[in-house]
Amino acid sequence: MNDTTASTPPAKKPAGRRKFELDERLKAYKGVWVFIEHERGAAHPVSWELLGEGRKLADKLGVELGAVVPGAPGEDTQKFCAEAFQYGADLCYLIEDPALAEYRNQSYTRALTDLVNKYQPEILLLGATTLGRDLAGSVATTLQTGLTADCTELNIDMENRSLAATRPTFGGSLLCTIVTLNYRPQMATVRPRVMAMPARDETRTGRIVEHPLALVETDIVTKVLEFIPDERRDQANLPFADIIVAGGRGMKRPENFQLIWDLAKVLGAEVGATRPVVQAGWVGADRQVGQSGKTVRPKLYIAVGISGAVQHRVGMEGSDVVIAINQDPNAPIFDFATYGIVGNAMQIVPALTEAFRQHLATAKLAS
Amino acid sequence: MHIVVCIKQVPDSAQIRVHPVTNTIMRQGVPAIVNPYDLVALEEALRLKDRYQAHVTVLTMGPPQAETALRKALSFGADEAILLTDRAFAGADTLATSYALASAIRQIQKDMPVDLVFAGKQTIDGDTAQVGPGIAVRLGLQMLTYVCKIEALDLEQREITVQRRAEGGVQVLKTRLPALITVLEGINEMRFATMPDMFRAARHPLKVWDKDAAGIEDATRIGLKGSPTVVSKVFAPTPRTQKAEIVQTQSDQPRDQAATLLAKLFTKFPQLRAEIGRRAS
Ligand SMILES: Cc1cc2nc3c(=O)[nH]c(=O)nc-3n(C[C@H](O)[C@H](O)[C@H](O)COP(=O)(O)OP(=O)(O)OC[C@H]3O[C@@H](n4cnc5c(N)ncnc54)[C@H](O)[C@@H]3O)c2cc1C
Repeated sequence: MNDTTASTPPAKKPAGRRKFELDERLKAYKGVWVFIEHERGAAHPVSWELLGEGRKLADKLGVELGAVVPGAPGEDTQKFCAEAFQYGADLCYLIEDPALAEYRNQSYTRALTDLVNKYQPEILLLGATTLGRDLAGSVATTLQTGLTADCTELNIDMENRSLAATRPTFGGSLLCTIVTLNYRPQMATVRPRVMAMPARDETRTGRIVEHPLALVETDIVTKVLEFIPDERRDQANLPFADIIVAGGRGMKRPENFQLIWDLAKVLGAEVGATRPVVQAGWVGADRQVGQSGKTVRPKLYIAVGISGAVQHRVGMEGSDVVIAINQDPNAPIFDFATYGIVGNAMQIVPALTEAFRQHLATAKLAS
Repeated sequence: MHIVVCIKQVPDSAQIRVHPVTNTIMRQGVPAIVNPYDLVALEEALRLKDRYQAHVTVLTMGPPQAETALRKALSFGADEAILLTDRAFAGADTLATSYALASAIRQIQKDMPVDLVFAGKQTIDGDTAQVGPGIAVRLGLQMLTYVCKIEALDLEQREITVQRRAEGGVQVLKTRLPALITVLEGINEMRFATMPDMFRAARHPLKVWDKDAAGIEDATRIGLKGSPTVVSKVFAPTPRTQKAEIVQTQSDQPRDQAATLLAKLFTKFPQLRAEIGRRAS
């Protein structure tokens, strides 16, 4: 994103004045790539979401969709390649080396930049995860190209075959579309759950292109001493929760937040929160939904005592069904919720918890 | 030990409004603040200073008014402050910004070698999270992003051990200095500046560097000219709009409201009934 605050007035940049025509050298860049992120034996779903999006871009451009699968021998790299084909990739670039067993910036940056320099894709997409952002930043700098972070929409400007990457700015109050001029590849990151999961076609296959890593373990300065999984730390995994009960400042006091936990427990749901609630320390930062928190896409989102500010909305408007409980009938949350109850959360939430509990008890009896 | 902390002055986005007709940002009267994530980085650097007697230099690129951000950092305990300001820096994207900051850090190194560079996780106005990594690559620093804890620092061996937030867990990483660290929010609480601190900071001399003083070698790589990305369009989002169906009951009793809601929900969305049932069983 261009920094309009770095100096002097935010001159609206007329993109037309700058060079859209590609240098001959850069015209050789062809194809759309998605980086396949995996850790501890599981691929990150954002990789499949990006393949779904990448497929559309590749089709518009009439080029191939490639998946980049790095990893160590003995890891499930073949399985990830097979899955990548099923989610839409035409070919997989497989880089296998013991030095890629665990993510480290140096080895992964080397793997990806070498691959880009050799096979020259025009577009490279990565998940906006802690891994993807770490890697994208160093890869873009090494390749000296443009990178647009946290995109919510990707498109092709057919006039010059360039990637038009749209992202929220100023906390989601505005959107801006960013293009990369005379540089390739055009890089973008997208957060998990922003794009829909594509359908999986079990019959699809593709070809694998192997590429070596030009680096050995002793070249890598940083060592991984340990990995502490989140199960041991009680971290929430909000982006992939199917049901979320979220509480806002309308819960008034930390003790009242227990009502949110109680409802979540009955529903087998995750607990989410707005930023003021996280800042007050009622719940951990991993539970914040919104612009500066997580993007979620549950089947059901229950928003309690949440006004529905734009910074919160952008993180949860992909929810299938939204139930809002708020005492203010004019709260903005009612403008994008499916159902609303106007009233005092301290009374309605316990009643709702009880109603779900009873429903589940009778459902169990009946079965 | 010498630590450089990169900070940025940003408009307080909580107070930004968008003009309903022209779709432009209304900046008038919006106060400028230090990017909150950068304060977390500064505090972490100051904690190292307290323990190891480090020298802390704060560096910012911005308009002349960004001086305020530097003074604030000085009041918290930074030793030295440098402002990169030049019209030629304007309109920089992340690539051009990291080029300018990296050049400046090279200049800073000439006086005193740098062991650690700190940056915030991201900014609240751009939130790209790329300037830190960009600086690391350009200066050949070991890169540690999303650090949630500095476990150990061994100045003899020139090694640092940190916890880094990864997907699904935390990596414990050990690397060599010099390194660049971006820190996660919420890992510390910013100290307070006393009145005497503020007075001292107000009088503290600043270094103001233009592009030549910052050692910019290639002027085509800074500012708008050095930015591969351009904004081609700015527009208002079309948000999800769906006027909520407000649950109406005769009694206004929470129990009735809850029952009515469940009935509506499960009739219209039978799949949710199955989903919830599946979890409970
Ligand atoms: C740069 C930036 C990033 C941000 N990022 C995020 C983000 O990621 N996520 C986020 O959530 N926010 C974010 N915010 C903050 C956001 O602007 C709002 O301030 C915030 O979402 C409001 O939280 P809230 O709805 O809990 O509180 P409020 O806006 O105070 O709303 C409380 C609501 O509770 C209702 N209420 C009060 N009492 C009761 C009761 N007894 N029963 C029922 N209802 C009651 C009120 O009617 C009101 O609607 C960000 C802001 C900025 C500037």
